[in-house]
Amino acid sequence: MNEQAIKDLLYKLADDLLILGHRNSEWTGFGPILEEDIAFSSMAQDKIGHSLAFYTLLHELGEADPDTVAFTRNANQFHNSQLVELPNGEYDFSLIRHFLYDNAEIIRFEMLSQSSYEPIAKVATKLKGEVKYHVLHANTWIRNLGSSTEEAIARLQTSLNEALPYALGMFEPSAYEQDLIDASIYRGEEAVKAAWQQRIRAVLEKTELQLPDLESITPITGGRTGSHTHHLQPLLDEMAEVFKIDPAAEW
Amino acid sequence: MYGGGNIFEATKLDDLQAEDPAKMAEFEARIARGEKIEPNDWMPALYRKQLIRMIEQHAHSEIIGSLPEGTWITRAPGFRRKMAQMAKVQDEVGHAQLLYSAAETLGKSREQMLTDLINGKSKYSNVFNYPALTWADSNVISWLIDAGAIVNQMANARGSYGPYSRALERICAEEAFHLKYGHDAVVHLATGSPKQREMIQAALSRWWPPIMTFFGPSDKMSTHTETLMRWKVKMATNDDCRQQFLDMYVPKIWELGLTVPDPNLKKNAETGKWEFTEPDWEEFKRVINGDGPCNAERLAVRRSAEERGAWVRKALLHPKAKYVKPLA
Repeated sequence: MNEQAIKDLLYKLADDLLILGHRNSEWTGFGPILEEDIAFSSMAQDKIGHSLAFYTLLHELGEADPDTVAFTRNANQFHNSQLVELPNGEYDFSLIRHFLYDNAEIIRFEMLSQSSYEPIAKVATKLKGEVKYHVLHANTWIRNLGSSTEEAIARLQTSLNEALPYALGMFEPSAYEQDLIDASIYRGEEAVKAAWQQRIRAVLEKTELQLPDLESITPITGGRTGSHTHHLQPLLDEMAEVFKIDPAAEW
Repeated sequence: MYGGGNIFEATKLDDLQAEDPAKMAEFEARIARGEKIEPNDWMPALYRKQLIRMIEQHAHSEIIGSLPEGTWITRAPGFRRKMAQMAKVQDEVGHAQLLYSAAETLGKSREQMLTDLINGKSKYSNVFNYPALTWADSNVISWLIDAGAIVNQMANARGSYGPYSRALERICAEEAFHLKYGHDAVVHLATGSPKQREMIQAALSRWWPPIMTFFGPSDKMSTHTETLMRWKVKMATNDDCRQQFLDMYVPKIWELGLTVPDPNLKKNAETGKWEFTEPDWEEFKRVINGDGPCNAERLAVRRSAEERGAWVRKALLHPKAKYVKPLA
């Protein structure tokens, strides 16, 4: 088994989840309605819990413990896509990102639950039921707001157009892509992307939002190899602010 | 959290003289028998008014109270604390949701309550006008402010208004977990590295004066509340709540080797009552009326959330409304 390939896969899964969970948690206290405050907080807890599950698998493969890995690395050591590190912006952007991300995540978890690498398959099988609710939440809100007021539609359309190049960056292939596919560990980003397009198209068709021609968009990549926007390092500094007061201490 | 130290309107005699004496007698008899009053039952206007005011203040305290702890979610040290802090603060927002619903059964809409909060017309627990400067402050809030709230809410859960009383029972069950979480976090700091011990002592010293005012002014200073107590709206006096809190938590604070910053704090063996330096009620009044370290910030955050989210609520309520461009 190609351990390096598996670690690379686990890092990108875990880092995406940790950073998006962190962003989701920033909505606590600021949602447009209390119910959305609570929903984003629930998803944040799930995402961060899922990231912990993958960091734990990494630890079992000899990487440092989850707290050290999550709270002490610098931005250039993170493998998340740039999509998840972008600031929350207004609710329309957060909702669009959540929609684009989770519709890919559910496909990833479905595929991973069939992985030949059993520890990943177990975790994905256990957690995919939670992701299903995240998708349900995103799709319901997109359908409702996406065919409501002109303002809501205009906001969501602008955010969709802004987020898509970053969303396509989620599917940046890793150096180990073919190894993972050959070993039936992961079916690869191209397969996820194809299924993702169908999923988001099916939802958007029921709204007044327009999905731009994806072939004409240049994906914004680099996140998987540690190249990030200037938004990630401040997020990590904030996350580690207390932890770094005394990394050896128990908090 | 976070109810406690409610501010009631002074009862005026003529508030009650307009009520039907027969209905009033029946209402009071029901309460005396320990029955719950439900939304569609007859109730005196004053009862409705005071309850709306109390439940609304409690709901506001939950959402405003989620702000000082909420700012530490993104900075919580380690996975364990990060996930617990998120869940804890989420509970508080959930409590607000429950409480606004309970208050709505009395005829005031959530939107109206939130508008009154932003306009400064409605109050919330005064302690949240103080800052949570460090992670340790957040832990002190989770432990001791939630502890205070439980004392208050356990009493109020026995109150006469059905929807509020049922909401409080659910809330208290969750608060019990918050208390354990807060205590655990404080224990880790109090028994941790010198830096951690210093952090927790400083936070306790900062929060002690607000904590002592949490239950509201001494009963000898507050407006008389006999009617409210007879109606089982107010279930325990401010002083009784404060005494109960001190009884339960001062020994636990001392056990951790922490110092309570009040040289006069001691339990009088003869009376069985705690003695302490009288809190600065002038400061309390000043802060509750808007002049505290964080009043403006707390309301500004809430106002900004309401304004930024207005388009979402509009889209949900009137999905087919046309957008009118504002005049330049």
